[in-house]
Amino acid sequence: MCLAIPGKIVALDPRNEGSAIVDVLGTRRTIDLGLLQDDRPAGGDWVLIHVGFAMSKISEIDALEQLRLLEMLGESEAALQEVRGYGLDSTKDADSVE
Amino acid sequence: MKYVDEFRKPELIRKAAAEIRRLCDPKRYYRLMEVCGGHTHAIYRFGLKDVLPANIDLIHGPGCPVCVLPMGRVDDGLSIAASEANLIFAAFGDMMRIPGTRGSPLEHKARGMDVRIVYSPADAIKLAKANPQKHVMFFAIGFETTAPSTALTLVRAKAEKLRNFSVFCNHVTIIPAIRAILDSPDMRLDGFIGPGHVSTVIGCRPYEWIAKNEGKPIVVSGFEPLDLLQSIVMLLSQLQRKEAKVENQYTRVVPWEGNRAALRAMAEVFELRPYFEWRGLGFISQSALRIKPSYAEWDAEQRFHVPGIRVTDPKAAQCGEVLKGVLTPAQCKLFGKECTPETPVGALMVSSEGSCAAYYNYEHRKNSELTSLSLPA
Ligand code: SF4
Repeated sequence: MCLAIPGKIVALDPRNEGSAIVDVLGTRRTIDLGLLQDDRPAGGDWVLIHVGFAMSKISEIDALEQLRLLEMLGESEAALQEVRGYGLDSTKDADSVE
Repeated sequence: MKYVDEFRKPELIRKAAAEIRRLCDPKRYYRLMEVCGGHTHAIYRFGLKDVLPANIDLIHGPGCPVCVLPMGRVDDGLSIAASEANLIFAAFGDMMRIPGTRGSPLEHKARGMDVRIVYSPADAIKLAKANPQKHVMFFAIGFETTAPSTALTLVRAKAEKLRNFSVFCNHVTIIPAIRAILDSPDMRLDGFIGPGHVSTVIGCRPYEWIAKNEGKPIVVSGFEPLDLLQSIVMLLSQLQRKEAKVENQYTRVVPWEGNRAALRAMAEVFELRPYFEWRGLGFISQSALRIKPSYAEWDAEQRFHVPGIRVTDPKAAQCGEVLKGVLTPAQCKLFGKECTPETPVGALMVSSEGSCAAYYNYEHRKNSELTSLSLPA
């Protein structure tokens, strides 16, 4: 929950302008852009994600460094687990990742 | 610090460490509090204490939302779920192992309660839509980093007139907790490392009273080793010049004014509670958020009967003193004996970002089994 996860916006969601598809270490998920209304990111931008919501834009260099740190700390797996959990799909039990 | 060369700009890390030694007056003692649990975690993980002079002490503050949540609130949430038929108790993974009086959410699940992990409050809404015959109650926790997401989720639930969804709100705000620590008579802090991600939301202005009225410097900091060392340099040079101001080391992420869209969402949905209990700190006035009457339909505390359970920590638990920097974790009588990460007695042992758990995992166990050390964050 307290992890800030850097993700790259690969596409703005065509079905819902308040959300975007991000790539985090190769995993793609939909996140919410509602908290960046005043400074909307575009495709290719990097954002810091908290609990499925983009909270701030960051530079690519900072994003990559942060991903590297997560890895060094042995926390990239926790970050990925969180990201995989986003947008839980109704056919699958939400706690199957437990 | 184990791996200086593996970090970004190792030469700057060495320079910052040298600068800290230069600015540090060997004749005095420095107590700096990092407010945020993420910082506590990073400080231990990176072994930052190894590069600091012995007379600089980092005190670990109240910024771990899991740790400061009173057990009674966990009991209240679980008791709503137990007494309502067809209710799904949804919460972040961090919540699942928090002990309540009759066990953690995970243990309740094992006994048949419908408990689900969600990674985003937005997903709790999806869960509600997927289960129209059930009610989904999202057990919300966190500081200003997660509160805006809960707020926006409630805005969406209201706009969509989603009837089978509610939030049991336990969001807390960081400023009153800092004030409570500063107000306590045994307080001995010299300055603060300000929280990075909370500040992306609230900005830097809300800290100004700490500098102006309390005369303590505060530097909002990032989470990399270089960030934390630079923040300590900034604090020491303020202290050397006998200054007290708010500085922002983490400008690449934290705007001075914060995130207005996030603040708007919070203002739309939340209002301050007159008081709220914090584990280890007791009741603090205006320190937590509740849902406004205009969102009452989505407020679990309005919809359901809340027993208002209060559980006091055992007298021997010295979490309050540790939080204020009067004692180090290892100085608590229960540390490592009755109180361990596996059997937490006090708040600070509950999550890996709590100061006692961090201390236990990285210092206490240092020379023993360093393998199975980290609790799920
Ligand atoms: S060791 Fe346990 S009881 Fe003592 S201060 Fe830490 S968390 Fe509280």
